[in-house]
Amino acid sequence: MRLFRIQGGVHPEDRKGLAAGRPIEPLPMPQLLHIPLQQHIGAIANPLVQRRQHVAKGERIAHAQGPVSAPIHAPTSGRIVGLGLYPANHPSGLSVRTITLQPDGKDRWHRRIEGVGDPFALDAAEVAKRVADAGIVGMGGATFPAAVKLGLGQRYTLTTLVINGSECEPYLTCDDQLMREEPDAILDGVRIMAHALGVTRVIIGIEGNKPEAIGAISRAAAQFDQIEVATLPMRYPMGSEKHLVKTLTGRETPARGLTADIGVVVHNPATAFAVHEALRFGRPLTSRVVSVTGGAINKPRNLRVPIGTKVEDLIEHCGRFREEPQRLIAGGPMMGQPLPELRVPVMKGTNGILALTAAEVGGQTPGPCIRCGSCVTACPCGLVPLTMAAQVRAGNLDAAASAGLMDCIGCGSCAYVCPAHLPLVQFFSHAKGELAARGRAKQKQSATKRLAEQRAQRLEAQKRAKREAMARRKREAEAKQKAEAGANTERLPKAGDSANAQALAEAG
Amino acid sequence: MTAILSLAVLGVSLGALLGMAARYLAVEESPIVGEVEALLPGSQCGQCGYPGCGPAAAAIAAREAPVTICPPGGRGLAQALAQRLNVSVDLSGMAEQEPRVAHVHERLCVGCTKCFKRCPTDAIVGAKDQIHAVFEDACVGCGDCADVCPTECIEMRIPSQTPLNWVWPQPLAA
Repeated sequence: MRLFRIQGGVHPEDRKGLAAGRPIEPLPMPQLLHIPLQQHIGAIANPLVQRRQHVAKGERIAHAQGPVSAPIHAPTSGRIVGLGLYPANHPSGLSVRTITLQPDGKDRWHRRIEGVGDPFALDAAEVAKRVADAGIVGMGGATFPAAVKLGLGQRYTLTTLVINGSECEPYLTCDDQLMREEPDAILDGVRIMAHALGVTRVIIGIEGNKPEAIGAISRAAAQFDQIEVATLPMRYPMGSEKHLVKTLTGRETPARGLTADIGVVVHNPATAFAVHEALRFGRPLTSRVVSVTGGAINKPRNLRVPIGTKVEDLIEHCGRFREEPQRLIAGGPMMGQPLPELRVPVMKGTNGILALTAAEVGGQTPGPCIRCGSCVTACPCGLVPLTMAAQVRAGNLDAAASAGLMDCIGCGSCAYVCPAHLPLVQFFSHAKGELAARGRAKQKQSATKRLAEQRAQRLEAQKRAKREAMARRKREAEAKQKAEAGANTERLPKAGDSANAQALAEAG
Repeated sequence: MTAILSLAVLGVSLGALLGMAARYLAVEESPIVGEVEALLPGSQCGQCGYPGCGPAAAAIAAREAPVTICPPGGRGLAQALAQRLNVSVDLSGMAEQEPRVAHVHERLCVGCTKCFKRCPTDAIVGAKDQIHAVFEDACVGCGDCADVCPTECIEMRIPSQTPLNWVWPQPLAA
């Protein structure tokens, strides 16, 4: 299969040997599970359970709110012991609404868990609905609700489904290991997704440093004509979906557009596996494979972990640290986020836990930019990171945005090659967050303006209604008075009559 | 008689003169005022010291008030105003003046309904003898509710931070 070149990129040492080839082992059920309600991109899920309630494995404990959201299911059977704020697996270290579940050790499935005999007999909307109900999100780390992507066929003309098995981040081996161990299940999920999207062509892209995975997937795919397996060159960031699509099809995704604009949808192999589980067995997404690795980990492993397990429990299972880690990261070393503490939970998008030694981090102090242009060569998006960073530092966020900040995928290639060790990505993350905050402030302002206007109108209407009611009452009172006055005048002659009668009587 | 006549003539002619002056020498309202007013929050909260957003917009457009005058608008608004009026602005002083939102301390709230009757954006929900609560997303931080609260249970504080509105800090590096 012909591959196309992408610009830029870097070749970091892959260091996958630490955990590669270690079979996926299930983690023993921990004492407590802390299941955050925000594990996906989109609206936070809404809890459905109460404290002290017993739940079965796979039972829905929080439902999706809005079109872009995902429900959450109990990873095992047990009792809900808490519903409140718990530290999030997020660089801010802030807390998020979390359900705490105490496993009862029985791991009893909910009785209404059942699969579909023939998923290919279902129509696209039904498959998407089942995927949505299973709470499946993009398992590569982006955590975008998978069902939304499966529904893209209604608005776009789709031709190709790409499965992103590149796993281009160093250290991580969870997708590699899953592809080695479960190629048939993954391919089944892939075929169900292709059926739902209505595409005729499926390409599974895997980087060349995973020959076992390529072998396993190729053997499993040999019986399906529509599925091709492509060996990708080892270059970071091959796993960025736009770059992957460019490599495989030669077509470029429009800036700030979707790959669906050029008829391609990209999914992760772990997502395909979750789709297989959801459709064939009715099992919602309640666990995932996590690579626990890095030079500071005693025994690097690939673990199948119930969602909500504390990072601490994973590290405990891997024999704790061989030396004090310099840095703890959720995700890969290039795009992962620092872990604020060890008691934060594993989420649907947590593909790796890295504990890196001081030697691996190699933290040098940043120096001044010498405008060497290395970052420009390395940028896979054709941007000029040095200019953008200078603009951000000067506070000219709009200038940075017009220099292409919003096209930056945050891959970190620029910071990786920077000889001055500038924290370029952090400049960009800061600027993107600040611009988003400004957008939110603007939105709030227009919303409050509307509220204030509506309130003024309402008060005005109330005043008017009051005035009108008063006027009406006045009119009615006047009318009544008039009517009474009329009655009196009518009665007057009567009075005269009676007076006359009296006079007559007296006379009589 | 002469006195009445002369005063009447004087009154009518001066009145006519004033009326003509109002018609022919009228100063059109600067379009900038309208644009500035469109940028302002429009909740008429009065935190700037002007009676409402309209007068504040007029003062800003006339360069009588600084662009940093609006606390609910914050830095974003100051920047937008500065850009519109082509003035340079020092935002460093505004950093301390973070936007505030009202928060009801539920233990002290007696459900008197005074605060939500005053709220310019209907950001407070509640009913008589029920504990009130504030929608942070709709609160402009004007503080009117805190002023009328008989039990001082409303605190103006920095909006709560969540992972969703958290922003990476700017790196300190060179």
